[in-house]
Amino acid sequence: MLKRRKRELKFVEGRPQESEWKRFIRVFFGRRIVLFGLIVVALYIIVAIFAPWIAPYDYKTISSTILSQPSAEHWLGTDTVGRDVLSRLIFGVRPTLIVGSVTILIAAVAGTILGLLAGYFGGWIQTIIMRFIDALMGFPMILLALLIASLLGGGLKNIVIALGIALIAGFARVMCAQTLTIKENDYIIAGRSLGLTNFRLMWKHIIPNAFPPMIILATMNIGMVILMEAGLSFLGVGIQQPDAAWGSMVSAGYNRLTSNPALSVAPGIAIMLIVFSLNMVGDGLRDALDPRLRGTL
Amino acid sequence: MTLLTVENLKTYFHTDFGLVKAVDGVSYEINEGEIVGIVGESGCGKSVTQLSTLQLITSPPGMIEDGKVIFDGRNLLDYPANGPEMRSIRGGKIAMIFQEPMTSLNPTLSVFQQISEMLSLHLQMDKETQRKRAIELLTQVGIPDAKRRIDDYPHQFSGGMRQRVMIAMALSCNPKLLIADEPTTAVDVTTQAQLLLLMQNLVRQYHTSLIIVTHNLGVVARYAQRIYVMYAGRIVESGSCDDIFNQPKHPYTIGLLKCVPRLDEEEDRRLVPIEGLPPNLINMPPTCAFLPRCPYKIDRCREEPWPALKPVGNQQVACYVDTKLTVQ
Repeated sequence: MLKRRKRELKFVEGRPQESEWKRFIRVFFGRRIVLFGLIVVALYIIVAIFAPWIAPYDYKTISSTILSQPSAEHWLGTDTVGRDVLSRLIFGVRPTLIVGSVTILIAAVAGTILGLLAGYFGGWIQTIIMRFIDALMGFPMILLALLIASLLGGGLKNIVIALGIALIAGFARVMCAQTLTIKENDYIIAGRSLGLTNFRLMWKHIIPNAFPPMIILATMNIGMVILMEAGLSFLGVGIQQPDAAWGSMVSAGYNRLTSNPALSVAPGIAIMLIVFSLNMVGDGLRDALDPRLRGTL
Repeated sequence: MTLLTVENLKTYFHTDFGLVKAVDGVSYEINEGEIVGIVGESGCGKSVTQLSTLQLITSPPGMIEDGKVIFDGRNLLDYPANGPEMRSIRGGKIAMIFQEPMTSLNPTLSVFQQISEMLSLHLQMDKETQRKRAIELLTQVGIPDAKRRIDDYPHQFSGGMRQRVMIAMALSCNPKLLIADEPTTAVDVTTQAQLLLLMQNLVRQYHTSLIIVTHNLGVVARYAQRIYVMYAGRIVESGSCDDIFNQPKHPYTIGLLKCVPRLDEEEDRRLVPIEGLPPNLINMPPTCAFLPRCPYKIDRCREEPWPALKPVGNQQVACYVDTKLTVQ
């Protein structure tokens, strides 16, 4: 005989209320892959801060044990001048994270402002800004960065500036296109009909609505910019020796890939891991921040 | 007391295909506390007229070529389109409600944030008072549980509810004039009736004037005191609501009324659509724009330019033909 379970229905008064912050936490941390990315990024940051304490050796010290294979003393072996690869890897987090964050910040802020102004006002303002952006886009990005970096000289600060300028174009283009679409929305004309200023319309009504694609672009570009920094360092105009940078480490080790694979592969994996993690965090951020997805997640 | 007088307003669009005279010499007025309807087909310039009075036309291609918009004794067209005077009038003195409630609210801001924007801008209220006022407004426009729903985002409201929020926003700063641009087109019929009744009540309560722009004669029949009928960028007939519905004089108005059912008529009357299509507004001929569709046309219509409005009985009609005498 089938037993019918008695179910008691409980009606909750009103709707369950969830504060914005709680919802953000729930959605953002709810997905495992995002959590994984977040943990990796956090680990990288911790490593960057505490590098001198974590690293077993000094990253600049040259020793007589050159090109040793991974061992108990040197977990990832040593490079051509006898420096500990693990220590260089650990110190290499610093420029990588700085390049990744500061460059994107520069490019995103400048690109957003330029694209916003161009898209919102149109006319000759748009023509001037977007032709400038087009000119910027005309160069292959790595070539442009290479050009600026060789003009300014190597070093972390100049790499950040060079990559920042090279990346503005993408942000400005996307923002301009976003602004042009959003501007046509009824709520913008409704806002104007209710007396809002241009500044307020741009700041409160256009930027938040353009946010999701910009966040995705930014996180995708963080990965790319880390790769570009690695590329520039690989080409020799990036971070200069003896400073540790993953790109120059990959480049220094690649012709010993068969004999000492750890020289190139270890920094390569480090780059891959951070790029992947940042992309995951970016996805999670978009899901958590976009109000249009509210209620669906 | 006249609140708003629009005189000989001309808004042209300079497009690649030619000059579009979207609004071509429109004049109308609205008194304090009055409800006026502006009726016409899609594309006849009703909305552009209203946007022009607030200088909300996108320029280029749109240009207000001529005319006066006198409000509170000042000509609004003298002010720069985005200057501080114009901005304080928009929302503060004249507010507008748009057709599409689904897209007229910013999806990324909560309802409260959007209402409070106006309150702090026009009335310089502090946050606490803003909240109180916003809840009061939402309650007034019939949003249940306003206290809790105030922090919700637009996508959590239905179309009719969003239009109520729009009405609340528009009325938040006690404007003297409310312009409703097809306020009920995008909502279903029962909601339409509720919204119109709500607007009528609020307008009476606050002694606000209301311009209803619509293509729906049923909407104006019930609520408007006076009606302007527009065709191809001009007003072709105006008069009190009763006069227009009982003795329409312009062939276009007659045509419009023939194609809507009425409750006070014999049941077996056939609905007669107006023949033809509304004219293309690019490079219009100087003759009456309704001429190709007009069943009353006489030779004079083809030879002389579009007639100006002239009084016929209690109405103003722009037609050479005395439609009452013409046997159809």
